[in-house]
Amino acid sequence: MTFVPHTDKDRAEMLAAIGVGSMDDLFADIPEGLRVKALNMGEGLSEQEVYDRLHEMSHRNAHSLISFLGGGFYDHIIPAAVDSLTSRGEFFTAYTPYQPEVSQGTLQAIFEYQSMICRLTGMDAANASMYDGGTALAEAVMMAVNVTGRDKVVMSAGVNPVYRLMIRSYTNNLGIRLMELPASPDGVIDRAAAAAALDGDTAALIVQNPDYFGTADDFTDLAQKTSGAGVLLIASVYPVSLGLLKRPGDMGADIVTGEGQSLGLPLSFGGPYLGFFAVRQALVRKMPGRIVGDTVDRRGKRCFVLTLQAREQHIRREKATSNICTNEALCALRATVFLSLLGRQGLREMAESCARKAAYAKRRLAQIKGLRVRNRAPTFNEFTIELPVEAGGVVCKLIDRGFAAGFPLGRYYPELGNCLLMALTEKRSKAEIDSFATALEVAL
Amino acid sequence: MTPLIFDKSVPGRRAVTIPRLSPAELEAPLNLPEGLLAEVLPGLPEVSELDVIRHFTALSQQNFSVDTNFYPLGSCTMKYNPRVCEKIAALDGFAGLHPLLPQLCCGGTLTQGALEALWQTERLLCELTGMSAFTLQPMAGAHGELTGMLLIAAYHRANGEKREKVLIPDSAHGTNPASASIAGFKVVSVATDADGNVDIADFKSKLDRDTAAVMLTCPNTLGIFERSIREIAGLAHDNGTLLYYDGANMNALMGRARPGDLGFDVVHLNVHKTLSTPHGGGGPGAGPVGVTSALAPFLPISTVEKHDDGTYALNYDRPQSIGYIAPFYGNFAVLARALAYMLLLGGDGLRQATDHAVLNANYLRVKLQDDYDIPYNRVCMHEVLLSADRQMKRSGVRALDIAKALIDAGHHPPTVYFPMIVHEALMIEPTETESKETLDAFAADMIRIARLAQSDPEAFKSMPENTAFSRLDETLAARAMKLTASQES
Repeated sequence: MTFVPHTDKDRAEMLAAIGVGSMDDLFADIPEGLRVKALNMGEGLSEQEVYDRLHEMSHRNAHSLISFLGGGFYDHIIPAAVDSLTSRGEFFTAYTPYQPEVSQGTLQAIFEYQSMICRLTGMDAANASMYDGGTALAEAVMMAVNVTGRDKVVMSAGVNPVYRLMIRSYTNNLGIRLMELPASPDGVIDRAAAAAALDGDTAALIVQNPDYFGTADDFTDLAQKTSGAGVLLIASVYPVSLGLLKRPGDMGADIVTGEGQSLGLPLSFGGPYLGFFAVRQALVRKMPGRIVGDTVDRRGKRCFVLTLQAREQHIRREKATSNICTNEALCALRATVFLSLLGRQGLREMAESCARKAAYAKRRLAQIKGLRVRNRAPTFNEFTIELPVEAGGVVCKLIDRGFAAGFPLGRYYPELGNCLLMALTEKRSKAEIDSFATALEVAL
Repeated sequence: MTPLIFDKSVPGRRAVTIPRLSPAELEAPLNLPEGLLAEVLPGLPEVSELDVIRHFTALSQQNFSVDTNFYPLGSCTMKYNPRVCEKIAALDGFAGLHPLLPQLCCGGTLTQGALEALWQTERLLCELTGMSAFTLQPMAGAHGELTGMLLIAAYHRANGEKREKVLIPDSAHGTNPASASIAGFKVVSVATDADGNVDIADFKSKLDRDTAAVMLTCPNTLGIFERSIREIAGLAHDNGTLLYYDGANMNALMGRARPGDLGFDVVHLNVHKTLSTPHGGGGPGAGPVGVTSALAPFLPISTVEKHDDGTYALNYDRPQSIGYIAPFYGNFAVLARALAYMLLLGGDGLRQATDHAVLNANYLRVKLQDDYDIPYNRVCMHEVLLSADRQMKRSGVRALDIAKALIDAGHHPPTVYFPMIVHEALMIEPTETESKETLDAFAADMIRIARLAQSDPEAFKSMPENTAFSRLDETLAARAMKLTASQES
């Protein structure tokens, strides 16, 4: 294929206008000896050939297993209108709205996205998006350290283990001390341990709701402790749960982050996803990322523009609050369309459906001999079961029966080798849950 | 403006519904205590599906885009995005794939096709850039920069050295200093010489034993190939300093030069620029990072490997790695589009893309050189840097005014006021997918605008006039700081 429109005549005329004899002359600045003769990347193919080749690759993937995998990334419905609207070229072939007069579509959509994120989380301001839930959390940590001037960060072991590993990588060279509160798979954060960990050097306490094991909690009491100690409370949350659960802003969180994949983004083998990031009013100027604000044009018409850019890297350079530039605008648009389609009643129903199905599955699975549900505290759509044998082997057996049973926790918590993390969404039918329970019984 | 979606809300109106629960599921007790529950329903709009379709369709029509307008935004490579790549990214076997599947104990066989796609992408990027290994995980260019700087820190640390300084030319993208700083380095700026290249004397005076790396954009943001690249690489390497390549401008070099051959140790690419994945109104992109074999042990966890039996696997056993910089394997759906693009064009096609990108930029350069200042007027690479200094001095018409006049002519403006070392900069990157006719029309408008600046500078004050919105009050936005819809709406 070629996407170059030039004819031989065009090329000849243009080279003549430039005053060079050949294309090669345009590259004379590249030192001889460093010039490439030819790339060994194969010959160009037709559209059909490329499609066939990648279609074949896509078929060598087990995407049609009946899946109970979650761990922060969920198989939710995606209304057809999400794909339809976000595949409009006016949206997906535009770039960052630097010229607001010809970017109002993108700008207003981001403003609506920011508003929806604030309403879902109960926070005052949100940015235009981050790369994913993990980088959003890592940025929150760096922001908390900058805001407080303190260097210690306390994380609950109930925070997604991959996010905790990401925070370690990001802060490795910055002299930040990370401390983890021990895991409690069957309960909530140990309040005494949390209180003991908060001292005058502590910049932030990071919690996740529901936590990695599926347990839902109310952090209001912790927020009182953190605010009394000058510590910022960072909450990483699952947005679908906010259709039902108390908002982190109402609990007293200072910074709220999360993974927006569940809001109309396909799983796509790990991305692109959507990090959301929201703060209390007092922290707005320290927030990383792009922000859209409300203003008027010269004729007095209400419109939108990128604002508070003085925080950003193209102006502040090495003193910027963050280096984030291009983010996940189209993913944020997907979330905005998704949340518009669901609406207030739809998101509540979706959240309730997830929770009911999880409750049903829990009850059904608990009937299996030798199996127990680890979470003693309430859960939302995900929970941890303990099997009488090593969980990994059971998962293998069930793959052959057409199920992705869940995520064996031994990978990140060696002491939980028999435990399996299971997620339910509105897409799993009762029949699927029942047949899974039967298959699991047989596998055990 | 189009009213906000919240303003279209009518209590009780619905769009999408959720699959019905069975009686047994409805009976299952939630056991969620009052204290954990939200007191009210989420504050989302209540609208019909048609309301949503009309609302966002109306918004889309307020954008300029590659699909609707010439979009010569410098350093952003706004080329045409092939549609077959969209179709491929949406294939069920890719879009429906849970990223945890290959991490299940016997999950190795479950995602062979996706792992092969990643592996092939890596191999092609290695060949394109002359590097020996890649990580596909960084999710944007700036994320790639940060990853690269973390790799450089890990490399020096493994060699028992603590180097704290990074040299960055003053013509660099603003993200470079921010990325180096967030990776824990101190940033030192290097001057540009009269020809637009790195000032070698200044570079030499700042290069010392504490210098961990030099971050270069090549061609640089003036649109010029760094002619002293051999000397810079030699000086850096003799000093134990690594050379970082910012790939924002790689569209100038495909099939003509490879960063690896030029002496770069770490390279990031912006696949949403060079490899034509859509810009999405500001992402998602992808910023894969390539390294020499000396830095490969430090690449993020995990890496994709091909075994002798032809199967693919993820390797998590990487003791020297900088760790996790992404939750999984990168922006897979973006990378699948980039793979498709590379396969569509092949080696020769990619070189042709570069050749015509450079041809188009130089064609505009000669077309516009009489009416605008060109601070470094020599054969440029894929973009040409103009200055409106002449217009500014003669009649007070600034680069921003010219940008707004271009909007009225139906073109997206170039990048303005960047690089900062050039007054009234207008950075034009036409890309290879634009025809001679489009360039001729754009040049004619640019020349007309230059003449208007002389004859009627006052005319610019009311521009743009042909758009739904005129110039915005940006000061008000920053002062009022209204960042969300009010609760009543």
